[in-house]
Order: sequence, then C-alpha cells, then structure tokens
Amino acid sequence: MEKIKRILSEISIHFLPIIVAVSCIFPLLWMLSSALKTQQTVFKDMSLMPKVAHWENFIIAWGKGGFSMYFLNSVLYTVLVVVGIVLISSLAAFAFSRLDFPFKDFIFYVFLAAMMIPLPGSFVPLYVLLVKLGLANTRVGYCFSMINVGLSLSIYLLKTFFDKLPRDLEDAARIDGCGRIGIWWHVAFPLARPAIGVVTIYNTLNVWNEYILALIILQSKNLMPLQRGLMVFQGAHITEYPLLMAGITITIIPILIVYLFLQKFIIKGLTAGAVVG
Amino acid sequence: MSSKRISNYFFILPAVLIFSTFYIYPFFKTFQLSLHSWDGIQPTMQFVGLANFKDLFLDDKAWWSSMLNAGYITLWALTFQNIIALILALACDKALRIGSIYRVIFFIPPVLSEIVVGLVWKWIYNGDYGILNHWLVSLGLGSLASDWLAQPSTALTAIAIVHSWKGFGWAFIILLAGLQTIPTQLYEAAYVDGANAWRRFVNVTIPMMVPVFIMVMILTILGTMQGFALILAMTGGGPAGHTEVPVIRILNSMKNSQFGYACAQALIFGMILVTISFIQIRVSKFLKQE
Repeated sequence: MEKIKRILSEISIHFLPIIVAVSCIFPLLWMLSSALKTQQTVFKDMSLMPKVAHWENFIIAWGKGGFSMYFLNSVLYTVLVVVGIVLISSLAAFAFSRLDFPFKDFIFYVFLAAMMIPLPGSFVPLYVLLVKLGLANTRVGYCFSMINVGLSLSIYLLKTFFDKLPRDLEDAARIDGCGRIGIWWHVAFPLARPAIGVVTIYNTLNVWNEYILALIILQSKNLMPLQRGLMVFQGAHITEYPLLMAGITITIIPILIVYLFLQKFIIKGLTAGAVVG
Repeated sequence: MSSKRISNYFFILPAVLIFSTFYIYPFFKTFQLSLHSWDGIQPTMQFVGLANFKDLFLDDKAWWSSMLNAGYITLWALTFQNIIALILALACDKALRIGSIYRVIFFIPPVLSEIVVGLVWKWIYNGDYGILNHWLVSLGLGSLASDWLAQPSTALTAIAIVHSWKGFGWAFIILLAGLQTIPTQLYEAAYVDGANAWRRFVNVTIPMMVPVFIMVMILTILGTMQGFALILAMTGGGPAGHTEVPVIRILNSMKNSQFGYACAQALIFGMILVTISFIQIRVSKFLKQE
C-alpha cells in the first residue's frame, strides 16, 4: 500500500513536466519531418516519420533557397560583433574597475541607465542616423549597431567580475614593469575567462537570433542574416513548406548544438542578462 | 600624474564613442523628431509642436487597440505561462535528479529566435494542412478545427499561447533558482511544528518567494509588451490589425514615412513601460519592508 502510494505520487509529480517536455520537442520534430517531405506529400502525409526522407531538400534550400548566403552572413556578423563586444567591453570594464579618471562613476551610471530604460522605438532615430552616416544597408552599420546593443550589459557583467578579482597578480605584473594595457591583456583578461564566457554566449545567441535591426538596416538580400532571410524566403515562396522548414532547421542547428554542449553556461548567461536587463 | 589619469580615458574611449553615437544620439533625436512632421527623406522637417501627441491620444484608435492586444498577451503570460512555470519549478525542485533533464528541455524554446518559433507554429496552426486541425479531426473534434491565425476571434489567443510556450522556460529557471535558495531548515522547522505540505507551501515557500515573483512579473511584463517578431512571423499583425502590437504600429508609421509620428509613439510607449516597472519596483520595496 505504502509502495503504491509512493509510485502514484511519483507519477503525479512527473505528469505535467513530461507533457510539457513533449510539447517543447514536438514542434521541432514536426519541423524536421516536414523538411524531409516533398511539395506534394507535405500536405497529405501527416506522419512524423515520412516513408521516404528527402534529405536533398536541405541541399536545395542551402543552394537555390539562398540559405548558404544568409548562413555565412549570420556567422560573419556573429563573429565580428561578439569579438568587438568582448574587446571593447572588457577594456571599459577594466577601466571602470581598476583605473581612476574624472567622471568615472557618472559615465558608468549612464551605461547602467541605458540598460534599465526600455527604448522600444529607438530603431527609428537609429535608422535616420545610419542614413545620414551613409551606413544604412551596410555590414558596418549593422555590426556597429549590434555592438552597441550588447555593450552596456557586457560592461556591467565584466565590471562586477573584475571588482571581485584579487589584485595581487596585477600588482605583481606592475612590479615586473607591465603597463596598464599589458595588465589588461595578460592578467585581467585571462582571469576573467568565466565572465567573458558568459558575455560571449549571451551575445552570440543575441546576434544569431536578432531580427528588428536586420529588418531596418539591411535591404539587400546578399547582406541579410538568417532570421531576415527566413522572412524573405517565406514571403516569396509562401507554400513551399519543405524548403522553408529545411531553412529553419539550418538556422537552429548551430544554436541547438552549442546549447546542448554548453547548456549550463547558456542558462546562466541568459538569466543573468534577463535579471540585470 | 594627471596626464596619466587623462590617458586612462583611452580604455573607455571605444565604448563611449559607439555608445554616444548609436544610443545617446538616437535617444535625444527621438524627442526632437517627435515634435516634427517628417517623411524621412526631405532635408528639412516641419515643426508641429505637440500635434503628433494630440493625434496619438485623440485620433489613433488603432494605436490604443494595439496596446490592448499587447496587454492581452501579457495577461496570458502572467497567468497561464507563469503558473505553469511555477508548478513545473515546484515539481522539479522535489525531483532534483531528473529535474536537470527537464531543465535542458524546457529551455530549448527560449534559445530559439522568435522568427523560427513563429514560422514553425504558423505551420502547425495552418487552417488547411496544419497538424493541429488534423489531430482535431482524427479525435472526432473536426467541428473545432479552424483557421486559427486568420480568424479575428482566435488569432490573438493563438499567438499568446505560442508566446507562453516560448517564454515559460525563462520563468521556470528563475523560479527554480529561487526555490533552491530557500534554506531547508525552514521546512524542517515547519515540519516539526506539525505543518502539512500545504501549510509549508503557504507559510514558507510563498513568503520566501515574493521578491522572485515580483522580478519574474517585471520581466514578463516588460518582455511581452515589447515583443513583436513572433507576431510578424505568424500573422504580420493581421487579420485586419487584430494582432497588432505597439512596436508593429511604430514600424508601420515608419514604413508610411511618418517618422515624427513614429517617434511620438515610441516615446509614449517607452514612458508607459518605465511607469510600469517603476510601480512594480516600488511595490516590491514596500513588500520587503513589511
């Protein structure tokens, strides 16, 4: 009797989590399944496992669908923006934590305020500015705008990490004749690896999944990243579901791989971002 | 020494330059543009004073109904999404070993982009060939099948459910982290005092979790009110504006070359959001003092 009661309570605890977990995974399986059907069978064959898997859909989407171009653009933007953010924000965070200069606190609080105040329509004046600078519809304009998006939070996360680091190693480096830049690059930067990991992961997901600035800034197809490319593709080929689903699969595979390997850091990084921002 | 202090500016220079150009300048430009009528192309813009705001408050029904739409989705997120997240967090807090597997799965939707989630669910909801209607028909509930995203009566709720699907993982992770910081001694003490599971939940868990609840609420409201990419991917704001939200209205004003008006909308929307988060922070401070 006791045993049955325990089993029943086990089942009741796991009932809802299992249903929700299935609902989390099913749309992705359905996406993959639809990507493997043909233009004819996708509307009739409602099975999760198609009898014939048309893997060539991925090759068609990658080539004719233009997803190779979108994919390479996404990779390029992600690498440039994340490297830019990590270098620029760690320099600034190091200064805010270790160096002294006039208006230091004031400038830091301005960065903090930008993180707190929601600015839902800031893309309108940003677009006006980029047109004026001749940076609308350019890779440079998009990358700088995206570096700006990630900057405040990254500076904040790195500064709080630097504040907690002991200064002994830096003092030793200084005695050995290391300059400020040398201390930043050879001592502080390597020591901050855990925080830089969080900053890297947070911003990588952010850039890879970004849509609104890509919509506002980039009009030429050959400049568009994946999220923008997906919307353009579905607008032009509204009923070609197998190819669209193949394109979506191509879009999320890198994210899912990174996620499954680094899920602990990702969950930590993203919640840190949400809680502060 | 002072020249060295000045040269310290070198470290923050790149950050300050990018930030002033791409954040601070647009921030103040919003205020300036909101007082003008401008199509975004002509070299000069016409000063119109507060006319944009007057139009917004008095004549723009579509704007305020977009605000209501966002509020409706937010209500779903605050109740449906967060209650499920809380129940799941409580269940996983108990079954910690298996809990970590759930955690990995529950956080998959938040890692995906809104565009991806929107397009996949649009296909699931499809009126003619969607798997949802197919299931309803096979269960003998074919009369319930509908063109979910094309019907004004169901489109917004359909979107709200997908939004909750994408968002509950966040709330779950934050709530679970909160639950795990509650010291077990408190539960043991309550147990010794003869409190049953329900009393322990009401008298220990809930009071300890109030700050976490408030944080989750603030994040949910701010995040949901500003969401829009999911809707662009699913309905584009249709049918006939029934799923439009404020950011989509701002985008449309911009597309219609009403740059001044778009900025007025952005300002009012920003102020509403700041007010909401300010009220919530005050409430949470008040509760902490209690």
